[in-house]
Amino acid sequence: MDVSKITRILAVVFLVCGTVVSAAAQTSVRIGGVMTLEGPFTVLGQEAVRAMEMAFEEVNYSVAGKRIEWVKESSDGRPDVAVGKARKLIEQDKVDILIGPMSGGEGLAIKEYAKSVPGKTILNGFSAAQETTLVNPAPNFFRFGTDGAQWQAGLGSYVYDVKGYRTAAVVAGDYSFGYTQVLGFMTEFCAKGGKVKEKIWVPMGTKDFSSAIARIPDKVDAVYVMFGGADSVNFLTQYYQAGGKIPIIGGSNVTEQTVLSTKGPFQRHMIGIPSAHMVADGIEEPAYLEYVAKYKKRFPDGLAAPSAPFYGYYVATKAALKALAQVGGDLSGNQVKFREALAKLKLDTPTGPVTLDENRQAIANIFVTEVAQRPDGTLYTKVVKVMRNVNQTLGQPRDAFVARGVPSRDNPSCP
Amino acid sequence: MLLRLFAEWGKMARWTLIAAAIISYPHFAPQFWVVNIGAYAIVLGIITLSLTFLAAYGGMVSLAQMTVAGVAGYTLAILSSHAANVGSAILPWPWALAIALGSGTLAGTLIGLVSVRTKGISLLMITLAIGMIFFYLTQQNTTLFHGFDGFRGVKAPIVFGMSLREPIVFYYLCMGVGISLYAAITYMVRTPFGIALQGIRDNPRRLAAIGYWVELHQVAAFGVAGFVAAVGGVLSLWYHGGISPGSVGITAMVNILIVAVIGGLGHPRGALIGALLFVLIQNFAIDLFIRERFNTVIGLTFLVIVLFSPDGLIGLWERLSRSRKRGLRSAPNGANN
Repeated sequence: MDVSKITRILAVVFLVCGTVVSAAAQTSVRIGGVMTLEGPFTVLGQEAVRAMEMAFEEVNYSVAGKRIEWVKESSDGRPDVAVGKARKLIEQDKVDILIGPMSGGEGLAIKEYAKSVPGKTILNGFSAAQETTLVNPAPNFFRFGTDGAQWQAGLGSYVYDVKGYRTAAVVAGDYSFGYTQVLGFMTEFCAKGGKVKEKIWVPMGTKDFSSAIARIPDKVDAVYVMFGGADSVNFLTQYYQAGGKIPIIGGSNVTEQTVLSTKGPFQRHMIGIPSAHMVADGIEEPAYLEYVAKYKKRFPDGLAAPSAPFYGYYVATKAALKALAQVGGDLSGNQVKFREALAKLKLDTPTGPVTLDENRQAIANIFVTEVAQRPDGTLYTKVVKVMRNVNQTLGQPRDAFVARGVPSRDNPSCP
Repeated sequence: MLLRLFAEWGKMARWTLIAAAIISYPHFAPQFWVVNIGAYAIVLGIITLSLTFLAAYGGMVSLAQMTVAGVAGYTLAILSSHAANVGSAILPWPWALAIALGSGTLAGTLIGLVSVRTKGISLLMITLAIGMIFFYLTQQNTTLFHGFDGFRGVKAPIVFGMSLREPIVFYYLCMGVGISLYAAITYMVRTPFGIALQGIRDNPRRLAAIGYWVELHQVAAFGVAGFVAAVGGVLSLWYHGGISPGSVGITAMVNILIVAVIGGLGHPRGALIGALLFVLIQNFAIDLFIRERFNTVIGLTFLVIVLFSPDGLIGLWERLSRSRKRGLRSAPNGANN
């Protein structure tokens, strides 16, 4: 084997090492963003970029007299990729604060990584797995958005009390976010006395839902459905084609704009589907209307309205900026002051006030909605009930809630 | 004579320099460069090494080497402590590790048994099919493989009070394992088995006529490659701290082929060099001038390499040094003529 070749290759590597490493300037704050600019969540990643851009532009890229330097990194939705990119931003690009990631698995992995960099601060972007902040939280990981179970607050009671459903079947994606949302729904529905007769877990990547649809029992009042955007369209289309008559209850992604604005015969069946999320199209608070108007003006080529991921990254960035302003941009001493400010922050967001609990997890408003039609024929989520200040344990004592264990295929259960 | 001594001495000095660079690297490079670039490139290089071995000496290009790595990784994850059963590993780690490596080798051998009578495109397709079967199995089976979520929180074992995943320890582990496997492969190709394998690659009919059992040699080569990939799969599991269907999906499978091709399929060292370049590009393409189009940069780099050097970086290097040597030699000759 030729030694000189290897010598030269090593020399090149070391040269690259030396030139790429650069020190961070003192007069600026470096903020990193991990977003999914490739893979299945690309559209959501673009929304995340827009969100951080809008938040930074509002303060003209400066906070407490320091310039903001923004470094973007792309993940593809896989946990290991997200951690690799977070590691690069913190260790190589020397960011002080990291905002991200997008999806549940990534969030769990980055939380674990956060524990190995105690001198940096990470603000969650849009990932919504419950365990991220509920079990073994990291002291430097903050989530100003609600989790997937919180998003379903109020839905179980609403369908029991208002819609009069007593029994339900669940058809949901067979992964952690599916389990989390089902837990959020069932916690209230079962507590009211409702029964979930059958849970049908559909493997990820399924496009043909006929076998799942065939397994839905006839004698239930409603079917709770929870899939990602494109899968929701597929499921609903096939469900109605198969002559599905049982009313649907939607998980948070089922009544997203990406589904509602997809053209297809399933659309006319969607009116009236109840759901719940941390945002809703039909919020009519002035702050929310202003936020939507600002988004439309700034991003004429963006979506029809800011999406939930946009909201998540926007609120996280705003929180970081507000806390930075409060401490005068002081990130010295392992960012202790900045983290204290974050933990105590009372943030006014377009959807209402957000505060954090002792695990640095958001307590915020949740909107129970029903799909409705505007005069121009487009579908939107109309707010039917606002659940104020929903906490992570959904109003239950923390110990009892944690003791019930992490959401899974069989937890909770009330057949 | 003296000149020759100098040459020998120079060679020794260079070897020493390389060894010193490899050993001292984690002590002056930042952690990111030690683990995320250095160690990960070696892990990827080891998995690719298994493919390069098959291709260079057996003439067999398989897409399923990532699958073999995944079988080993999944086996170890199932038998170890992970996020869903914290602290209650099924087996002590040395046993789990042995079973994982064994199952990877077995998987490699079985893939060899199934696909040994095909070559070229058909072999690619069969191995692709096997890989996809395993991918869907892991994604849809929740009882054993934990479905879409896979395994998280798998920790590397603690040996002599040190976690093998400590950055510097992990780097040395990968480097040690990588060098040993590389040495073993380069030794093996000079054994009677290796020579016969290369003979089969060049002319299977003639070897069969001499009396060699062609398929047996090929299946054995798949088994050896399976073991190498299994080692890579175990290291990859420890590196990522988990495994999920995405780790054995089509992108991951094709990435191994890409790494092998850009490094050069002709020699095992192509695997390691290709992996280093691949990891560097993956990490730093986004820092180049076109931030929004980093995937285009990655694609273009590979395109340029394959276009200008079909035998990868190794081939490019060899051609460059050959033409330079020729240039040096031809100059005085030219003067004489």
